[in-house]
Amino acid sequence: MLKNRIIPCLDVKNGRVVKGINFIDLQDAGDPVEQAKIYSDGGADEICFLDITASNENRDTIYDVVERTSKNCFVPLTVGGGVRSAEDINKLLNCGADKVSINTAAVQNPEVVIESSKKFGSQCIVVAIDAKKNKDKWEIFTHGGRNNTGIDAIEFAKKMEDSGAGELLVTSMDRDGTQVGYDIELMSKISSMINIPVIASGGVGNLDHLVDGIKLGNASAVLAASIFHYGKHSVKEAKEYLDSKGIPVRI
Amino acid sequence: MKVTIVDYNSGNISSVINSFKEVAKDKVNIEVTSDLNKIKSSDKVVLPGQGSFKSCVDALNKISGLVDTLNEFAINNKKPLLGICVGLQMFADLGFEETETKGLGWISGKVSKIDNQNGKYKLPHIGWNQINIVKDSKIFKGIENNSHMYFVHSYQFVPEDKNVISATTDYSSNIVCAVEKENIFGTQFHPEKSDKIGLKIIDNFINL
Repeated sequence: MLKNRIIPCLDVKNGRVVKGINFIDLQDAGDPVEQAKIYSDGGADEICFLDITASNENRDTIYDVVERTSKNCFVPLTVGGGVRSAEDINKLLNCGADKVSINTAAVQNPEVVIESSKKFGSQCIVVAIDAKKNKDKWEIFTHGGRNNTGIDAIEFAKKMEDSGAGELLVTSMDRDGTQVGYDIELMSKISSMINIPVIASGGVGNLDHLVDGIKLGNASAVLAASIFHYGKHSVKEAKEYLDSKGIPVRI
Repeated sequence: MKVTIVDYNSGNISSVINSFKEVAKDKVNIEVTSDLNKIKSSDKVVLPGQGSFKSCVDALNKISGLVDTLNEFAINNKKPLLGICVGLQMFADLGFEETETKGLGWISGKVSKIDNQNGKYKLPHIGWNQINIVKDSKIFKGIENNSHMYFVHSYQFVPEDKNVISATTDYSSNIVCAVEKENIFGTQFHPEKSDKIGLKIIDNFINL
């Protein structure tokens, strides 16, 4: 039976790990390669790096981080942040990333998703959707949550599936960094509308939130940062908890 | 000993390279190449594959003489070859991804899309699933039945001769996830991404 995945996410800036609270207010917290190794040794099903390096001159730091991580971790590695073109994707894959997540570029130029899923295969193309609730719908935000595009998140999710995305990483901007739990309504709506896996993200504060993401949100995988990163819970604890709630996990 | 990973522009093979180098350490020489002479002089060959069946077959055919060299290596000389993911799928006669495409024809059968049962099962089949070992395969030495492996695919290999199947996994139906036919081995899952247990399979192959 296919297991639900637990994916610890590390925000990386200038080659160092940070975690944002609502995408601002960053704290330095260590070496990404070392952290990734701790997670994979602890049973993480996948590792995710989100590169939030702002300046172009430091963009290359992520390639070095990915290269070193892929020589030490033998579980899938997803890398996102600042990915603009098929060339960027190619570079990350060559450094050892297994999947690349595309956010702003997928919204501004959906051709990138079509082109890169054809070129590299859908299996390595993850489209990251940052959505915020506005009255009775969710709207897509880009540029790390700064720009509201007004695009309907559910319609966009379908479009990305049709464009060849292999998975969707759905983040609720309302919840990200708040630790009050995933936006379950958003997750379950998108999950029921599309036939590719959904990774739920944004808002995890405790282990029950992970359970809800899978049971109520119908996510195939749950992504979380701070609950693992600050040592509040280990990946192993999270898996044992999910298992105790009847969720199939790899133990 | 020399193990060659065939680099034929089939997409991302960095993880395959990293994992084989990790297992081989300094004891075994890992080559990454499409050079026909180097492949011929290898003791073992790894055929990775990502993307669609058609794109991989096209990429193989694009390198003049590569398919003949692989045929000579695996079929005539019967040297050990491991296909991973689409690398395994290409053993088949025919694939149906994008359009009907001829495979290498090493193991009779077809590669068709997994039945998602009207949306009940998400595709691609992504993540960790347990393998049900149905045949005592040399690459499963020391691997427990029901071990978890990492999968990512939407198409499955359906061999005509069920005796070649060494493991299956349960997703929508019983999917063939490993085959062994004499010197030819294949895994639908990614041993290079399946943590320590996956590295053990790579180790088994290297030490055949």
